[in-house]
Amino acid sequence: MTDHAISHGRRSAWLAWLTSETPSSRMQARCVQWFLGWLGLARNPLAMLGLAIVLVLIGAAIFAPLLAPYDPLAQDLTRRLLPPGTAGNLLGTDELGRDILSRLLYGARITLYVVALVVFTAPIAGLIVGTVAGYAGGWVDVVLMRMTDVFLAFPRLVLALAFVAALGPGIGNAVLAIALTSWPPYARIARAETLTIRNSDFISAIRLQGASPLRIVIGHVMPLCLSSVIVRVTLDMAGIILTAAGLGFLGLGAQPPLPEWGAMISTGRQFILDQWWVAAMPGLAIFTVSLGFNLLGDGLRDALDPRSGR
Amino acid sequence: MSLTGSTSGGRRAWLSSRSGVLKGGRLLISLAVTMLGLLLITFLIGRVMPIDPVLAVVGERATNEVYEATRASMGLDDPLIIQFLNYIGEVVTGDFGNSLLTSRPVIDDIARVFPATLELASVATLLGVFIGVPAGVIAAVNAGRWPDHIVRLLGLFGYSMPVFWLGLMGLMIFYGKLDWVAGPGRLDIFFDDVVPQVTGVILIDSLLAGNTEVFANALSHIILPASVLGYYSLAYISRMTRSFMLEQLAQEYVTTARVKGLSEWMVIWRHALGNVMVPLITVIALSYANLLEGSVLTEIVFAWPGIGFYITNALLSADMNAVLGGTVMVGLVFVGLNLLSDLLYRVFDPRAR
Repeated sequence: MTDHAISHGRRSAWLAWLTSETPSSRMQARCVQWFLGWLGLARNPLAMLGLAIVLVLIGAAIFAPLLAPYDPLAQDLTRRLLPPGTAGNLLGTDELGRDILSRLLYGARITLYVVALVVFTAPIAGLIVGTVAGYAGGWVDVVLMRMTDVFLAFPRLVLALAFVAALGPGIGNAVLAIALTSWPPYARIARAETLTIRNSDFISAIRLQGASPLRIVIGHVMPLCLSSVIVRVTLDMAGIILTAAGLGFLGLGAQPPLPEWGAMISTGRQFILDQWWVAAMPGLAIFTVSLGFNLLGDGLRDALDPRSGR
Repeated sequence: MSLTGSTSGGRRAWLSSRSGVLKGGRLLISLAVTMLGLLLITFLIGRVMPIDPVLAVVGERATNEVYEATRASMGLDDPLIIQFLNYIGEVVTGDFGNSLLTSRPVIDDIARVFPATLELASVATLLGVFIGVPAGVIAAVNAGRWPDHIVRLLGLFGYSMPVFWLGLMGLMIFYGKLDWVAGPGRLDIFFDDVVPQVTGVILIDSLLAGNTEVFANALSHIILPASVLGYYSLAYISRMTRSFMLEQLAQEYVTTARVKGLSEWMVIWRHALGNVMVPLITVIALSYANLLEGSVLTEIVFAWPGIGFYITNALLSADMNAVLGGTVMVGLVFVGLNLLSDLLYRVFDPRAR
C-alpha cells in the first residue's frame, strides 16, 4: 500500500518534471519535447501497431538463434517442400528441406543490417549536402543541388541496378547502391530547412559572437533539420526494404544460401504453382515489416511535424 | 499620349515575352545540365566496372602489343574528359555500341523492347486512373468513415507490398488455380508474329489488323501484370486525389454551389473534381514515370519482354553496353515525363504562367 503510494508519488513527480512548462535545464527541455512527442505518438493506435511490428523485427533479429527451431542453412532432403503446419516446420520447408520459419528469423538480421547501414549513411550524407548548400548559397548551392537533381532524375531501382552492375552483386554492394540512390531527398529537405533557419536572429547572434560557418552548420543548423529528416527516414525505410528485397529477388543482392527474404522469393518462384508457401512466406514477412515502418512513419510525421496537420 | 501608351504597352509585351524566353531558356539549360549529369553518372559507372573492355575484345591470349594497340584504338588511352566527350557524341547520335547478348546495336534492341514497357505502363496507368480517382473522391467525401478507411488501407498496403511478390501471388491464384488469365509473356506462342508490327504495341497492332483473336489473347496476357502495376499507381493516385479533394471541398464555392441548390453529384463530380483535375494531371504523369521503376520487377515476374527485362538480363550476363544504354534511356524518359508534368501544369493552370 505504502509502496504503491510512494511509487505513485515518484511517478507523478517524474510526470510533472516531464511535462513542465518551464524547464530549468536544456536537458529537461529536450526530455519534455520528446515526452510530448511520445504522448502524441502513443495516442495513435496504428502508429503503435507499427512500432510493435518494428520491435518484433528487432527482437527476431537479436534472438534469432534462440527462437529458430532449426539451423537456417541445414538441409534435409527427406523433408523437402513440406506444406505449412507440418509438425516441426510451422511454415513448411523449402526445396532443400530447410525450415522456412528459421530462415525468416535469420533473414530479419539481414533486413535490419541493410536498413541500419543505409540509415546511417544516406541521411547523414544528405544532411551534410543539404545544410552546406543551404547555408553557403551561391554557386556551392547551385552545384550541389544540380548534383542532387541529377540523382533524382533516375528511377531509384534502375540506378541501383546500374551501380550493382558496376560493383558486382552482393549484399554490401546492394547496400552501397541503395545508399547512393537514396540521399538526394534528404539533401532537398535539409536545404529547405536550412534556408528558413539561416536568416533567423539566433543565427545572426551566433555569427556576431564569431562562430565559424562550420560550427554554425554542425552545431546549430543540423540539429534543427534533424526532426524532419528523421520523419522522412522512417517513411523511407519501407522503400529501402522493398528495394533491397527487389535486388535480392533479381539475384543482385544477398547471395544464396543467405536467407535474405527477396532471394528466398526468387527461389520460391519455380515452385509457385504447386508449393506456393516457399515464395509466399518471405513475401508476407517483407510486407508486414514494410507496413510496420510505414505506419510508424505516418504516426511520427503526425506527432513530430506540426506543419503536416490533419 | 497615345504614342507613349503604345510604346509602354509594346514594351510590357516585349518584357513579358522576354521573361517567357528567359524562363524557357533557363528550363532548357537546367534540362541540359541534368542530361549531362545523367550521362556523367552512366559514363563513370561504365569506367569503374570490373570487366576489362579491351580483354573482352582481344581475348585472354592476346600479346601485350595487340592489347595496347586495341586499347589505343578504342580510345581508352585518351584523357577521361576526352573519353567523356566522345561518349556524349556517341549517345547523341544514338550509338550505345553493340549488345553482347544479341550482337545487335543496343539502340535497335531498345526500340524493339520499349513498346512492350509502354504498353504495360499505359494499361496500368489507365487502371490506376479509372479506379484511383473515383476511389479518392469517395474517400474524401466520406472522410473519417469506413469508405475512407478502406481506401487509405488499400493505399498503405500498396506502399508496403513488394511488387514482384504481388505478381507471383497473382500468377499463382489467377493463372495457376483459377485459370482466369493467360500466363507469362505477351502472347501465346502460336500467336507470335501473326499480326504485322506497326506500333509495337500488340493491343493496337492487332486492332489495326482487325484480328480480334490476337487482341483477346494479348488482353488476357496483359491484364494481370497491368493490374499488379496499376495497383501501385492506384495507391498513389487515390491518395493524392483524396487530399486534393479535401482541400477543394473546404472551399466556399462548394458551399455556394450547395446553397444554390445544385445536386450533391454536380457539386462533387463537376465543380470540385473539375478544379482538382489540374494538379491531378501532374500526379498522373508522375505516377506514369514511377511505373518505369515498378515495371522492371513486374517484367521479370511475368517474362514481359520490355526494357526492365532487357536491362536485367543484360546485367546478369555482364552486357555493360546494354545495361548502360538501357539506363540512359530510362533516365531520359523519366526526365521527359517529369518535364511533361511540369509543362502540363503550366498549360492548364493559369496561375502558374
